[in-house]
Amino acid sequence: MTSPSPDAASGSITPLVQVRGLKFSHGPRVIYDAVDIDIPRGKVTAIMGPSGTGKTTLLRLIGGQWKPAAGSVSFDGIDVHSQSRAQLFALRKRMGMLFQNGALLTDLTVFDNVAFPLREHTALPESMIRDLVLMKLNAVGLRGARDLYPEELSGGMSRRVALARAISLDPELVMYDEPFTGQDPISMGVLMRLIRELNNALGLTSIVVSHDVEEVLSISDYAYVIAGGKVLGQGTPEAVRASESPLVQQFLRGEHDGPVPFHYKAAPYAQDLLGPAAGVRA
Amino acid sequence: MITVIGNYLQGVGRALFFLFTVIAALPSALMRPRQMAQQLYSVGVLSLVIVVLSGSFIGMVLALQFYRTLQVFGAGESLGVAIALSVVREFGPVVTALLFAGRAGSALAAEIGLMKATDQLSGMEMMAVDPVKRVIAPRFLAGLISMPLLAFIFTVMAIGVAGGHAIGVTLLGVDAGSYWAGIKEVLHGNDIRDSLIKSLVFGAACSWIAVYQGYHAAPTSAGVARATTNTVVISSLAILALDFILTAFMF
Repeated sequence: MTSPSPDAASGSITPLVQVRGLKFSHGPRVIYDAVDIDIPRGKVTAIMGPSGTGKTTLLRLIGGQWKPAAGSVSFDGIDVHSQSRAQLFALRKRMGMLFQNGALLTDLTVFDNVAFPLREHTALPESMIRDLVLMKLNAVGLRGARDLYPEELSGGMSRRVALARAISLDPELVMYDEPFTGQDPISMGVLMRLIRELNNALGLTSIVVSHDVEEVLSISDYAYVIAGGKVLGQGTPEAVRASESPLVQQFLRGEHDGPVPFHYKAAPYAQDLLGPAAGVRA
Repeated sequence: MITVIGNYLQGVGRALFFLFTVIAALPSALMRPRQMAQQLYSVGVLSLVIVVLSGSFIGMVLALQFYRTLQVFGAGESLGVAIALSVVREFGPVVTALLFAGRAGSALAAEIGLMKATDQLSGMEMMAVDPVKRVIAPRFLAGLISMPLLAFIFTVMAIGVAGGHAIGVTLLGVDAGSYWAGIKEVLHGNDIRDSLIKSLVFGAACSWIAVYQGYHAAPTSAGVARATTNTVVISSLAILALDFILTAFMF
C-alpha cells in the first residue's frame, strides 16, 4: 500500500487495536486470509466492503466472541484471544458495541437498558445511575423516551438508545455494525453526527463497519476497503477515493459489473439453456 | 447409522455440559432477586390457570370412572382413596409436567431463542455480562421451583371440592366422611415424598430441555420454531419415560 499508515496519521502512538495476520473461515468459506488492520487512537476508522465479506465478523473477532484460525488481535497491547474468560470480560468493559438492530433487551425500558451495564458492573447508588443514564440519553437526544419499551421505538431511535447504552461505561472503543442500514435520511444524518461528535467529545476511538460509502467516508479519518478476505485499499478518505484498484473503484461508484461480477458463478448461459440436460429432469 | 449415533451422543454431551454450566451459575441467579421474581411469575404464576382447571377436570373424570368400577365390587365408598392415590402418585406430577412443558417450556424456549436471534445474548456478552447467569440460570431455577408447587396445587384441585369431591360426594352421593377418612387412612408420607421427588425430577428435566433448546436454537424464525416444537416433544417423552423409571424404583 502506498498510502500513509494510520500510525503516521496519529503521530507515533501505538494503535488501540492491532490486527495481525488474521485468518478466519466459516466452514469451507474463507472470510479472512491474513489481513493486517490498525485502528488508530482517537479516530473514526471505517471498514468498508461488499455485503458478505465478514465486516461484522471482524468486530466479533475484536470483541473476542469468535476465535481466529490464525493471527492475533490486540487491544491496547493485550492479546484478546489469549485471555481467560474473566480477563476477556474485563477487557470488554472497555469496549462498546452497537449491533445492527440495536440488540436492546426487549423486556426492559429504554432507561433500564441504558442503566443495565451500570447496574451489572458498578455499585453506584441508584440516584447516580439515574443521573448518568439521563446524561447519556440526553447526548443521543432521547431523554424524553426513557419510559418507552424497545418495541415502541423506530429503527433509528433503537440505534441511538443502543449507542447510549454502548457508551454508558465510558469505553475507550466503540464499534458500530452497519449503523446506517435501513435508515431514512434524517436518522442517517443524526447517527452520522452522533458518531463524529461523540468520538471527539468523549475522546473515543470508533470503528464503523458499513457499505454506505459516502456517508461513512464523510465522517471517518481513516478507511479500509475489504473484499475477498483481503485488505484492498486503505488510507485517508481522499486516498481511498483516489485508489487505482478496479475493485475499490467499482465498490465506491456502485457499478453493477466489474471485478465483482453481476452473475453468480454458473455454466455458460447458452450451454445451460440448450445443453443436453435441458428440459430433462430425471 | 454410525454418524446418526455419533451426532446423537454429541448432542447429549453438549446438553450435559450446558447443564453443568447452568448449575454452576445457579448461585448468581439467587443474587438477582428481581430477575427471580419476574421469572417465577412468568413460569409459575402464569401456568396457574391451566394447572388449576386441568386439575379439577382430571379429578372429576377420575371420580366418574372409578365410581363405576368400584360400584361393581360394591366398594363405592373407597372412591376417595382411589382418586387420592392415583392423583398423588401419578396424575399430579405427570400431568402437571406435561402441561408445564406445553405452557412454560415452549414459552421459555421461544423467548430465549428470540433473544438469541435478535443478538440480545451476544449483546450481553459484549457488555461483559454472562447470559447464562443473567438469562438462563434464573429461568432454569424458576422452573425447578415452580414445578413441585404447581403439582401440589394440581393435586389439591383434583382431590378436593372442585374436583373429585364435587363429583363423588356432591353428585354421586358418596359419604363425605368416608371420602376423607379413607384418604387419611391410606395415603402415607411415602406417597407424598415420592410425588415430590417425581415433580422435582420432571421440573429439572423440562427446564433443562427448554433452556437448552432455546439457547442452542438457530438464530432464524425457522430455528426458533424448531426449538419450541422440540422442547414440547422431547419434554413430553422424557417425562413419560422418567415416570416409568421412577415408578419402577418406588413400587
